Amino acid sequence: MSTSSATLQATRLKRHAARKRINAIALTLSLLAMAFGLVWLIWILVETVRLGVGGLALSTFTEMTPAPEEAGGLANAIFGSLVMVGLATVIGTPVGVMAGIYLAEYGQRGWLGSVTRFINDILLSAPSIVVGLFIYSAVVAQMKSFSAWAGVLALALIVVPVVIRTTENMLALVPNALREAAYALGTPKWRVIGTITLKSARAGVVTGILLAVARISGETAPLLFTALSNQFWTADLGQPMASLPVTIFKFAMSPYENWQKLAWAGVFLITLGVLGLNILARVMFRQR
Amino acid sequence: MSAILPADASGSASRPEHRKQTSPMSNPPTRRVQAPWADVVFAFVARASAILTLALLAGIIISLVIGAWPAIAKYGLGFLTSTEWDPVQDNYGGLVMIYGTLMTSFIALLIAVPVSFGIAMFLTELSPAWLKRPLGIAIELLAAVPSIVYGMWGLLVFGPILSEYVQQPLQAWTDGVPYLGALFSGPPVGIGILSAGIILAIMVIPFIASVMRDVFEVTPPLLKESAYGLGSTTWEVVSKVVLPYTKTGVVGGIMLGLGRALGETMAVTFVIGNMNQLNSLSVFEAANSITSALANEFAEAGEGLHQASLIYLGLVLFFITFVVLAFSKVLLARLQKSEGARS
Repeated sequence: MSTSSATLQATRLKRHAARKRINAIALTLSLLAMAFGLVWLIWILVETVRLGVGGLALSTFTEMTPAPEEAGGLANAIFGSLVMVGLATVIGTPVGVMAGIYLAEYGQRGWLGSVTRFINDILLSAPSIVVGLFIYSAVVAQMKSFSAWAGVLALALIVVPVVIRTTENMLALVPNALREAAYALGTPKWRVIGTITLKSARAGVVTGILLAVARISGETAPLLFTALSNQFWTADLGQPMASLPVTIFKFAMSPYENWQKLAWAGVFLITLGVLGLNILARVMFRQR
Repeated sequence: MSAILPADASGSASRPEHRKQTSPMSNPPTRRVQAPWADVVFAFVARASAILTLALLAGIIISLVIGAWPAIAKYGLGFLTSTEWDPVQDNYGGLVMIYGTLMTSFIALLIAVPVSFGIAMFLTELSPAWLKRPLGIAIELLAAVPSIVYGMWGLLVFGPILSEYVQQPLQAWTDGVPYLGALFSGPPVGIGILSAGIILAIMVIPFIASVMRDVFEVTPPLLKESAYGLGSTTWEVVSKVVLPYTKTGVVGGIMLGLGRALGETMAVTFVIGNMNQLNSLSVFEAANSITSALANEFAEAGEGLHQASLIYLGLVLFFITFVVLAFSKVLLARLQKSEGARS
């Protein structure tokens, strides 16, 4: 009797030890996974800064993209990126905000709301190169020329789903009591939305727009066969226009050392800009 | 706040509660309405914007089908199984690229899923509260880094290291072993299917991890506490309580990551090597994927069959990602619904 209970006790202890061991292994692996994720971020950032700062100079901002083995900068590419990202944001944001308003304020029920919500979530993750193909067939092939406008449209199409999603989420967070109070005062619906709900969700909506800008600043694929690239300065949106990502792509794949150096400088600028926007967006949202 | 996470991963888990609060207020009092037309116009513009989004999807599908039509008419579905890709003879088949896309995404998931699970488990169960937010943000920043940065880093920094410290030892080790040897044969130069898969894994980890974290957090604390109360270890709580409760959401998150990996362009284009071959199935061999073929060839392709075939590839890619993402959406929505029924 006593021996059997002793063995029972022993096996229990053994199982207990085994369970604890498995737990310890699992937790260690989880810790390692976390470290694994962080290592890449740190590694990429360190290399980008190390190689990027080396390629930076004043001429990077003042001179045009050079021919191989010649000195030059990225001025036209930086300018092109700023113009295209700016215009795409100006075009895409109103559409995205209005559609987000529709989803949150008008179409909670009904087929249009739910279908749009579903489709929008898919567009959000759809391959951006397909957007480039679409604009190529719809604009470039019809106009018979690559142009900065086509690039702007392609980027705008990427802005829309991001803005729709955040606008809808942020409007849904506004308490209903606010809306009801405004209605009780006899305010028409469009003014309730414009002056009450949208205003109280402002920080969140702006955050969404910033994230969308960050996203398109680094997009290369939709520009490859819409805006193409251009070795020279142009402010004509009917012409092909250089952009930072496409220039990096071209230069990084090349065997020329000065091009690769400029590509690293470009990568550094883009990473700085995109991560800066992301952090700004988070800080803004927090300070609300 | 979930809404400022990588936008598509967010919201999924947090939406239903808000929706409930926002229920109908569709009939504002109509007494003494100033400028009634403004209301109508505003509603119309909002509705039109929503319809525009739908039209966008329709436009993408229609324009791709029209653009690809010459190739569809000529090859039909045989395009998907032919390995021929010869711009000189003007003869095309997409199997090489489709294989490249699927294989790189498969390798990416193989690495990303366990790591993301570990990260999500760390963030929900292990991490001290003060570390949760900074670590979460760090992982999300990984998703914000533009893909071209991954690409250039992968080609010029990571590739050479991979070749020296992983490929060469692996080759020496499996040399002469049947099958395995063939899998790791080829020039160990650090570009090819394996490198593309690893870079893709790093890129999709943040998406999968943040969905997993969000769904893990919806597990009712009562369930977890009961398990802890019975003496379960942390691992037992996660594997036997949290994971079964959230499994549809977890699969949805994995599908989201898969959708991302399939459609990723720049990072893959840099490191996959861009060679149209399928003679060697080695993961070290340079290959091609749908996205990299498009990125490299499309701008130079002349109008006609070459361009149509490339658009056909784009259509195939869009179809695959659409199905994967729709599946992911449905699974995540199902988790929300069951959660709504319970509370």
